[in-house]
Amino acid sequence: MYLADSRTAPDAAPGRHTAPGRRAAVPGAVLALGTVSLITDVSSEMVTAVLPLYLVTGLGLSPLGFGLLDGVYNGVSALVRLVGGRLSDRGGGRHKTVAAVGYGLSAACKPLLLVAHSVPLVGAVLAADRTGKGLRTAPRDAMISLACGPAGRGRAFGVHRAMDTAGALLGPLLAFAILRAAADGYDAVFVASGCIAALGVLVLLLFVPRQQSAPPRPPRVHTRTPVRELLRRPGVRRLTGGAVLLGLTTVSDSFLYLTLQRRLEISESWFPLLPLGTAATFLLLAVPLGAVADRFGRRRLFLCGHLALLGAYGLLAAPLGSSPALACLVLVLHGTFYAATDGVLAAATADSVPAHVRGSGLAVVQTGQAAARFVCSIGFGAAWTAWGDRTALGAAAAGLFVSAAVSALLLRPSPTDATPEPAR
Amino acid sequence: MNRTHRLLVLLAAVLLLTGLAVGATLHAADRAAEKDRAQAGGPPVRSGKVSLDAPGLAVFRNMAWGPHRDEIASVPGGDLTGPRRASGVHCLRFHTAGGTGICLQAVHSGIRDSYRAVVLDARLRELRRYDLAGVPSRARVSPDGHTVAWTVFVSGDSYAGTAFSTRTSVLDTRTWTLDRNLETYRMFLDDRPYRAADLNVWGVTFADDTRFYATVATAGKTYLVRGDRRERTLRTLHANVECPSLSPDGTRIAYKKRVEGASSDAPWRLYVLDLRTLRESATAERRNIDDQAVWRDGHTLVYSLPGDYGSDLWTVPADGSGSPRQAMAAALAPAFTGRS
Repeated sequence: MYLADSRTAPDAAPGRHTAPGRRAAVPGAVLALGTVSLITDVSSEMVTAVLPLYLVTGLGLSPLGFGLLDGVYNGVSALVRLVGGRLSDRGGGRHKTVAAVGYGLSAACKPLLLVAHSVPLVGAVLAADRTGKGLRTAPRDAMISLACGPAGRGRAFGVHRAMDTAGALLGPLLAFAILRAAADGYDAVFVASGCIAALGVLVLLLFVPRQQSAPPRPPRVHTRTPVRELLRRPGVRRLTGGAVLLGLTTVSDSFLYLTLQRRLEISESWFPLLPLGTAATFLLLAVPLGAVADRFGRRRLFLCGHLALLGAYGLLAAPLGSSPALACLVLVLHGTFYAATDGVLAAATADSVPAHVRGSGLAVVQTGQAAARFVCSIGFGAAWTAWGDRTALGAAAAGLFVSAAVSALLLRPSPTDATPEPAR
Repeated sequence: MNRTHRLLVLLAAVLLLTGLAVGATLHAADRAAEKDRAQAGGPPVRSGKVSLDAPGLAVFRNMAWGPHRDEIASVPGGDLTGPRRASGVHCLRFHTAGGTGICLQAVHSGIRDSYRAVVLDARLRELRRYDLAGVPSRARVSPDGHTVAWTVFVSGDSYAGTAFSTRTSVLDTRTWTLDRNLETYRMFLDDRPYRAADLNVWGVTFADDTRFYATVATAGKTYLVRGDRRERTLRTLHANVECPSLSPDGTRIAYKKRVEGASSDAPWRLYVLDLRTLRESATAERRNIDDQAVWRDGHTLVYSLPGDYGSDLWTVPADGSGSPRQAMAAALAPAFTGRS
C-alpha cells in the first residue's frame, strides 16, 4: 500500500522524511488547508450564529419555513459535492481550482446578505453558500490526502478537522463581539464575515500548493463514469456500504440535543451551549484519534467511533436520572464519535481510492453517508412521533448495533483492498 | 511569486480587509449610538411611573430614539400622539391585561445575548422570570391577568443547519405552573387525533384563563386551533390562520391570512374571522401585515408596520370599512388597559 501511494502522491516536502520512530511533521499543504478551513469556518459560523436573530429582530421576518427548504439545500449540496469531486479529478491541479471556486462562491455570498431583505432571497443566498461548500469539500479532502504519505493520513485529517472546528468555535464569539460593540450591527457582521472569507480564499490561492505532478492516469479502457468505476472496486464498495449502513442509524445532532434536553431536563438557556460540548471534544480529540487511526487501522477506528455514539444513545435511553455529569458524558461521547469518524473516514477512503479519482471517491463515500443520515433523520422523526423519544432512541441504538455488526464484516481488512489500482 | 512576495500580499490583504471590517463595525456602532439621542420632531418621552391597572391607557414598547428607546411607555388612550411616560423597563415584546404584564427581554451578559420572560405586576415590578430558548416573537396575557403565554423562535445548531421552529409556553400566574411547550398537548385535526414531529405552535390569544386560540403549523399548512389548558388539547377550527387575536366579546378573530397571488416575501393580509359562522372578511388594510394584531375596542384593530424607527402602529376598522390610519409613530407591542 505504501509503495503504490508514495509513487502517486509525493510528500509535499520530500526532504523532510524523518527517521523511523519519530513522527513526520504534518505537511505544509495540510496546515495551509487547515488554515483556510479555520478562516472560512470563522466566517460562515459568524453568519450562522446571528442569522436567526437577524431575521427576527433585524428584518422582522418569520423564519418558519426555512426548515422545510433545509432538506432540499442539503440534497443539492450532496449532488454538488459529487460534481466537485468529479471536476477536480480531471488532473492538472484542478483540485485547487475547484476548491478555490467553491470557497470563492461562499465568500461572495456574505456581502449579498447585506442586500437580501426577504426570506426567499436570504434562502437563495444560503443555497448558493451551500453550493460553494458542496463544491469545495471533496477536492479539499483530496488535496489533504495527496499531500501526505499514507502512514500519517489519519493524523493529517485530524489536524485539518481540529483547525476547522476551532474556526467554528471562534466564529460565533467574533460575531457576538461585533454585536456587542455595535447594537443591531448585523451589516457589520456580514461585512466582517465577507472580509474573513476573502482572506480564506487568498490563503488558499497563495499558500496551498497546486499538485502539478498529475497522478499517472491509467489509459481509458472503458468510458464508464467515475462513480461506476469507483463502485466496481470492492474496497470502495464495502467502505461506502459501511458508511451508509452506519449513517442510516446516526441520529442527527439536533435530535440528539433535543433528546438530551428532554431526558436530562436541561434548562432552556443551556440548550444553545450543547453543540459547544460536542465541538470542544471534537477539537481536542481529532488529532490524537487521527494518530491512533494511523496505527490501529482507520476502518477499525471508524467503526469504534460509532460505538461511542452507541454509548451516548445508551446513556440517553437508560433510566439513569438527570445529573449534569451524565449530560457532559453524552456530549464527550458525541464529540469522540465525530473525532473518531469524520476525518478518519476521509483517510480510510483515501486508502482505497487511487489518486486519479481521489476527489470522486471521497465525494461518493461522503455523499452516501450524508444521504443515509438524511434518511435516518426522516425515519427518526417519524419514530419519535409514533413512539416517543425514548423508544425511538432505543430503536436507533438497536439499529446502530446491527449496522455496526454488519459493518464490522464489511470493513474488516482484506488483502484485495490493500493495493489500489496502479498495480493492475 | 516567492514566499516573501506571497507573505507581503497576504499582509496587505489582511490590513485592507481588517480596515474594512473595523470600519463597518465602527460605522454600525456610530449608528447605534445615534439611536440613543432624541430626534427632533419625535414624540416627547419623559420618565415616569407606568401602571398597568389604570384604565384607558395605551402601554407599548417605545421605539423613538433617545434615552428611553425600547422601554415600556404609556400614553392616554385618547391622546395616542401625546407625551409618553417611560417606565425604565426594557422589553422586546410586551403585553398586559388584568393588571399583569409579560415582558420578553434580552439579557446582555457574557458573550451572547440570552432572553428571558419576566412576569410583571401592575407597578411593573418583577414577579417571576423564566429563561427563554430563543428569540422572542409573541406575548399575551389572559383578560383576567391570570395566565400568560409567549412564543420564541428556536433555531437549530450550526451542525444541523438553519432549521427554525417555534416554542410556545403558557404560564399560570397563580400557581406558577408552566407548560413549557404546547406541542406536548394532544392535537386534534378535524376532530381526529393527530401526531407529527413537524408541529409548531405560535401566537396564543386568550378567551379566559384556561381557553385560548393559537396557530398550529404542520405539513406545510397553518390552522386556527382552540386550546384548553385543563384538558391539554388543541383542536383545529379553520385553515390558513396565523397570529390570531380574539375580539373583546370573544366572537371574532383578527389574524393574518396568507393570500394567493401575493409575493412570497409579503404574503399576509389582515383578515377577520367570525367564530360563529367561520366567515372570513378582509379589512381595508391592503399591505402585508406580519404582526399579531390587538383590538383597541370592539371595532378597531391596531397592528405594527415597518417605519422609520423600526415600527409604527396603525389602525383599521375590523368590519372591513374605512381605511388604515397611522395611530402612533415609533411604537410596537401595544396593549390597551381597562378595555371592556
